[in-house]
Amino acid sequence: MLDSLLQSLQNTNFATAIREGEVLFPWIECVHVLALTLVIGSIAVVDLRLIGLASRDRGVAEITAAVLPVTWTAFVCAAITGMLLFSSNASAYGSNFYFRIKMALIALAGINMGVYHLSLSLGAERWRTAEATPTRARIVGALSLCLWLGVVAAGRWIGFTINAPT
Amino acid sequence: MRGLPRDILVSQSTAPLNFNVALHWLQDICNWLAATSLSQEIQTREWIIPATQTVHIVAVSAVVTSALMIDLRLFGVRWQDQAVAAVTERFVPFIWWSLPVLFATGAVLIIAEPVRSLLNPVFFLKMGLLVAAICITLACQVPLRKDARFWEASPGRRRGAQLIAAISVPFWVGIVFAGRWIAYVQG
Repeated sequence: MLDSLLQSLQNTNFATAIREGEVLFPWIECVHVLALTLVIGSIAVVDLRLIGLASRDRGVAEITAAVLPVTWTAFVCAAITGMLLFSSNASAYGSNFYFRIKMALIALAGINMGVYHLSLSLGAERWRTAEATPTRARIVGALSLCLWLGVVAAGRWIGFTINAPT
Repeated sequence: MRGLPRDILVSQSTAPLNFNVALHWLQDICNWLAATSLSQEIQTREWIIPATQTVHIVAVSAVVTSALMIDLRLFGVRWQDQAVAAVTERFVPFIWWSLPVLFATGAVLIIAEPVRSLLNPVFFLKMGLLVAAICITLACQVPLRKDARFWEASPGRRRGAQLIAAISVPFWVGIVFAGRWIAYVQG
């Protein structure tokens, strides 16, 4: 079922164009890498503040308000370009171990963020100094950093386990 | 220096320093690097290159995001309640501290596969863009050392700051794009 779905995805016109064109895949990959550097970097700004390693003189709520629009814009770009790259060789990516790990890590990072926003961040307006960041917020920040580092690593390992330029 | 080809150790001041000579030297350097035991060692351990690339990408993330945060302040769309000098002070260290990491991880990748980069025009394009991006960053940062209000002192200075920000963005984007294209272009 999933196999035939992936097969029909990579048989679509745009997937075939990306796979068979000389320059389409690298250009989409360029945008994907640029977008993910901004996702990782902007999330790290928040995480390092939560842990208490950077931007300590700014409130946590203020940092998230300034940075998260950048994160979400970049994430949407990374997701769209990622889906295009995936479509070009859907069967191979879908069965690739590191691709599955990468998706799982993104899901975990999402859950981590969801838990933070829905419950732990209540009262974040008061976290004006490093000392005022509670331990639970520091754990969320550290976990987020590790998960996104894992996403980058898994992403790179996909390139080395799938027949593509590295 | 043992094992280095003689013609890159000996000064060739009499030879015309044209493109072909430079290319010849680069080829010799590549051959020598690829034959070193360090290069062989890296090539035989399959995890080293992707692991190094991972660190490289994370450091690129730190640089690009920090540059963007400073640019957004120069444009006046983020961190407006904080002075330009304070925002620069907050983010610019991430740029400078990431550069040694980028050079070190980049060096590992070059040693592992010298031909992939040293004989690749896109690699030199990336290095050129990097030099320019560093100069642009310094052009923003250095005036603030003497005068923290430098970029806010007059409407003209504010426009100058916006110009620097506008120039900076395509250079960082170009560095990321060129970095990925190295894998697709052969020298």
